[in-house]
Amino acid sequence: MRPVIPYVTAALLFGLGVYGVLRRRNAVLVLMAVELMLNAVNLILITADTTARALLPQGGQVFALFVIVLAAAEIGVGLAIVLQLYRMRASVAVDEVPLADGPATEPIPAGVTGSGRVAGSGRVAGSGRVAGGAGDAGPGAQRPEGER
Amino acid sequence: MTGVDVLLLALGAVAVGSAVLVVTTKHLVRAGLYLVVCLGAVAGLYLVLAAELVAWVQVLIYVGAVVVLLLFAVMLTRAPIGASDDLDRPGWPAALIGGGVGLGLAVLMVDAYRWTTVELPAAGTAERIGEQVFGSWVLPFEVLSILLLSALVGAIVLSRPDIGAARQATGDPDREPGRSR
Repeated sequence: MRPVIPYVTAALLFGLGVYGVLRRRNAVLVLMAVELMLNAVNLILITADTTARALLPQGGQVFALFVIVLAAAEIGVGLAIVLQLYRMRASVAVDEVPLADGPATEPIPAGVTGSGRVAGSGRVAGSGRVAGGAGDAGPGAQRPEGER
Repeated sequence: MTGVDVLLLALGAVAVGSAVLVVTTKHLVRAGLYLVVCLGAVAGLYLVLAAELVAWVQVLIYVGAVVVLLLFAVMLTRAPIGASDDLDRPGWPAALIGGGVGLGLAVLMVDAYRWTTVELPAAGTAERIGEQVFGSWVLPFEVLSILLLSALVGAIVLSRPDIGAARQATGDPDREPGRSR
């Protein structure tokens, strides 16, 4: 078996994932491209398990399993953020997300503060300037993955 | 060029080709379905590379759960059914960086493993992988379960608007009554 074939496949998949993350505007498509990159990493781990003799047998496959679990957690939190973004702004275009204005500087529209009517009125008030919520909780929720 | 190499080449071509379609297609739902093809081909690569358990976990979690979740998100965000023109940002930087990363990594890999041939190791069945996971890797496994639980709680908190609104109401109580009336 020539390990160069799956290695090159994984490299091309990773490049395509990078291209998709940078090119796509829709947040769901960005998440799909992130999945491509995670799969490329998994493929490299599995192939390295056949070529490199590690101290522990099948370490690469165990790592690939762990990465799959991380990807499942990432896609759950990521899609929750995307749905919250759509609920607040009625759009999932990543280049329309306001990064400059924080949650404290913007006044909250009257319809969004009532707890019972948020799901219905958030779509109506989507063009209003509602910031925060999902945006500031997102990076904090995902940070423990990188540190462990 | 053995039979294993031919299988790897064919599955790799399918994976890369459908990945190209995932990042270039104009239909949102079709991107999800091409992603199924790509992930299935990668699962086939795992099977050829003697990683049985990982291949079936890939089919179960990626093709089964993650893609279904992505398609749910496509439908919940009211994506158009037909082709849409506003999916892409214009610009060559993405092609430049993506192509540079992909081709650069490919050149590195070809340079490192050009003439290497290895024998396939013993198949990574559920028994062997389970011994490793619950023997040498049991502490990362437990940490990962805590991470999965926190991601679950985080997703619930993020997707329930009443929890966030209640936290905002307690954050600045003087602004809340005048605004809700």
